[in-house]
Amino acid sequence: MPHIPLNVDQVSRVKNLAKQIADQVRDCIADYSTLSVERTVLRLFGVDGVDQNGTPLANRIVDLCVKHGDIGSGISTLFTQALLHSGKDSQQTAELISNGSLDLAKLPAIPPEKIEHKLHELTSTAIAKLDNSKRIKAEKIARIPLPPQPWRYLIVATGDIYEDRTQAQSAVYAGADIVAVIRSTAQSLLDYVPYGPTTEGFGGTYATQANFRIMREALDAESEDQGRYVRLVNYASGLCMPEIAACAAIENLDMLLNDSMYGILFRDINMQRTFVDQHFSRLICARSDIIINTGEDNYLTTSDAIENAHTVTASQLINEAMAKNSRLTDDLLGLGHAFEINPEIENALLYELAHAQLARELFPNAPLKYMPPTKYKSTDVFYSHCMDTLFNLASVTTQQGIHLNGMPTEAIHTPLMQDRYQSLISVNYIFNSAKSLGDEIEFKADGFIVRRAQQVLNETEQLLNDIQQCGLMDAITQGIFADIKRPRDGGKGADGVFKKGPDYANPIMDQLEASA
Amino acid sequence: MTEHHIKPYGDTLDDGIVQLAFTLPVENSAKASKAAEAYVSMLNFTDVHVVHAEKIADNFTYFVVYAKAIPSLDYAKVQVPTAQYEHMEFYEINALIADQLHRRITVIGATIGHDAHTVGIDAIMNMKGYNQDYGLERYPELMAINLGAQVPCETLIQQAIEHHADAILVSQTVTQKSSHVHNFTELVELLEAEKLRDRFILIAGGPKISNEFAIELGYDAGFGPRTVPSQVASFIVTRLLQKQEHKGGNKT
Repeated sequence: MPHIPLNVDQVSRVKNLAKQIADQVRDCIADYSTLSVERTVLRLFGVDGVDQNGTPLANRIVDLCVKHGDIGSGISTLFTQALLHSGKDSQQTAELISNGSLDLAKLPAIPPEKIEHKLHELTSTAIAKLDNSKRIKAEKIARIPLPPQPWRYLIVATGDIYEDRTQAQSAVYAGADIVAVIRSTAQSLLDYVPYGPTTEGFGGTYATQANFRIMREALDAESEDQGRYVRLVNYASGLCMPEIAACAAIENLDMLLNDSMYGILFRDINMQRTFVDQHFSRLICARSDIIINTGEDNYLTTSDAIENAHTVTASQLINEAMAKNSRLTDDLLGLGHAFEINPEIENALLYELAHAQLARELFPNAPLKYMPPTKYKSTDVFYSHCMDTLFNLASVTTQQGIHLNGMPTEAIHTPLMQDRYQSLISVNYIFNSAKSLGDEIEFKADGFIVRRAQQVLNETEQLLNDIQQCGLMDAITQGIFADIKRPRDGGKGADGVFKKGPDYANPIMDQLEASA
Repeated sequence: MTEHHIKPYGDTLDDGIVQLAFTLPVENSAKASKAAEAYVSMLNFTDVHVVHAEKIADNFTYFVVYAKAIPSLDYAKVQVPTAQYEHMEFYEINALIADQLHRRITVIGATIGHDAHTVGIDAIMNMKGYNQDYGLERYPELMAINLGAQVPCETLIQQAIEHHADAILVSQTVTQKSSHVHNFTELVELLEAEKLRDRFILIAGGPKISNEFAIELGYDAGFGPRTVPSQVASFIVTRLLQKQEHKGGNKT
């Protein structure tokens, strides 16, 4: 691996600063839960489906609990009480509550030890679902081997899950190792998870459990045909992070986009809501072996890629520290960055190599997520293809983990089938012909690349010091990331955050936090 | 007007050479290549050469084709409405506003509808700008307000009124199922219904936007890919000066 000699003391200093920043956030959110967290509990207990108005039962029941009961205690105990009273399973109990046959406000008293016993049983079954997802994926990978890194990550975005399936099959045929199904652009702001297979949406189609299943089945068949395990990706961001993580675990997805600050900065979602939801979603990912992909690439599409390189590194360090607080291990950290420097800048490639190699050095065991050029992509598809070729070379040379394929038509439209094919033949060519280039390279000790990496690390340390002083939430109010300022108490979904009461119980969360 | 007939140029004037790339939903075979050739012939090309055929999925074949176009076109008869303005640079624009308008100009921008992409509006408005060209936020004589993405048309209009905006910039990146046309039209219709259309300089932007298309939709101008902020600023200032002249009557 090409090597940049970093000062080990400085590396441990920045990691320690990030840890302190993450711990401050953890302490700030410890006393809070959200409606989305409670809905996730219900989903893991086995509640699925929608009522006659199309409202998910998980939403119906949590809303009824807010209306009639004491949401401060959480949904776990109350729902268990209702379940014992009905004598039915989770799904049937949910249906009875939803259609009004069972009133949460008028449940008869049940001895606490009986509730506790049943709740323990429901929790064990829920955790077993996550463990099962991990086991199923491990078995598949043992049978059909994983391809070597960088893994070729392709996007499908037709807006129709069945058309997406056709596009995904063609991408796998041409060499994709990972398929991401793009969501409809508005989904991050929906405070519920849509239901059933969907054939509509803008810029993509909805993340639903049924869509997850349709695509997983198609990719399983392709994996068998091609003899390599093809991973499936979706998005756990926005207002339903933990619920989508639960649906993804149940349907054996392999990766989720899940950034610590993306929703706050780019979707104006309330900070507390984001941090609470994110923690639970990451605990679910950790237990069910889902790789998270963080979104640092987004900073560079709004800010300058050279000037703000250190904000990417700082965010990666914070994402790593917060992920570890949610039990994620190094192999599950797809920390993000991007090849977004203006191509007209002299030695742009050297800057890119410095940034990519710095990430590689700082997180040696993480499958780094490397994003292609987008901001300076040209509508001249041939020139764009050249830009991607350079990106492909930087990726294989610095041995990145998850390689998002650039599209020659990036500046024009969502990819056509032939665009994906063109992209993949370039990636296949470069990855093969420069396979071991990285092993042969040592960067000059006082050269441009080493000095640039050092400069970014110095600026990162300074920035982390500043953030540690004021706390991450204040740093965001000051617009430190992506030049976007968000107020502490503002943003969407703030009304879904609540303070835990003295009787609050969430044994699933407790058990996930306790597991090593 | 003298006629000026043109055809695509390969390496000899009027050879009509065109390159095409497309996919057909059939397995790659000699028959598939023949079908590609026949299809391009149906498009009124001659000398059709299918130079490349590749299976890119089960039942899908990708072709690269060279062919000669038959018709020629009288270039003298082609008409295109371009945004009428002179492209000025940062200092020139600020000086012009200070000297001739004697007040700061307010520009409000947003990505409307469900579209979550801010890349276009940010490239024009953010301090940093695009491709070494400062963004509108950097102009001392401009007050630039960027509302971000997923802004409802009603909110954009209400904010434009509140801030006494001179110009409204609207960006749309997602074009699937023509959602951009729908959103652009909705804004114009709302402005017209409220009798506010003439109050603002209305500008559309996005990767699939041309000036002609924007004007067709009822906008004052449209800016496509590779537009830099100073082009947009130049247009706004030019149009505002024209408006001022109209109001002030004949100043000869």
